[in-house]
Amino acid sequence: MAIEIRIPTVLRAAVGGQTVVKAEGETVGELIESLATEYPALAGQLVGADGGMHRFVNIYLNDDDVRYLSKLDTKVADGDVLSILPAVAGGSR
Amino acid sequence: MDVLKISRELITRMIAHALDEYPLEACGLLGGDTEEAKEVYPARNDAASARVYTLNPLDHLKADRAAEAAGHSIIGVYHSHTHSEAYPSQTDVEKAPDPDWHYLLVSLKRSHPVVRSYRIEAGKIAEEDVVEW
Repeated sequence: MAIEIRIPTVLRAAVGGQTVVKAEGETVGELIESLATEYPALAGQLVGADGGMHRFVNIYLNDDDVRYLSKLDTKVADGDVLSILPAVAGGSR
Repeated sequence: MDVLKISRELITRMIAHALDEYPLEACGLLGGDTEEAKEVYPARNDAASARVYTLNPLDHLKADRAAEAAGHSIIGVYHSHTHSEAYPSQTDVEKAPDPDWHYLLVSLKRSHPVVRSYRIEAGKIAEEDVVEW
């Protein structure tokens, strides 16, 4: 099934400037895999060499952080929205 | 030189947020269009620290949705330095997520809050003018 994926500004150049794209898959991992196939510039930006999610990216399925669900194995359903957000951090130290 | 246009009201809200969280660092996002901030979205600092911040990702998601609903997008991030100048730290530079964002610092080190804005790209810091409108 095709799921809507929201792309943050920093990654929009990799998807032709789009804010929202659609990808096919039954799990978050499959969606990301099909995204990376369609937009090769995204490959390596979301998933590390170890196959896990990059720590500087947060991925939400609707209102839930997939790290607290089943990570890349989290199942998706029709009407779900996946949001990709850059991790935002810093500080005076 | 780059520029960030922002209203006095939004600046005041960021300073108020920074003072509310003192001595911990406060953080939030800027919504708007390219160089013009139209809204600020205070967020929780998950690090709850006086030295570092980690912007709560759920607050980020909500801010992103609110900005889009208003016809804008997230154009930057602000945070406070409670005991140092309004200049990006090494941590700020290393963790800067987006070269197109504005990085706004609120320093509470002196008797009056100091607000400055920067662009951070490929590890390089460039201060930009903050223009009130």
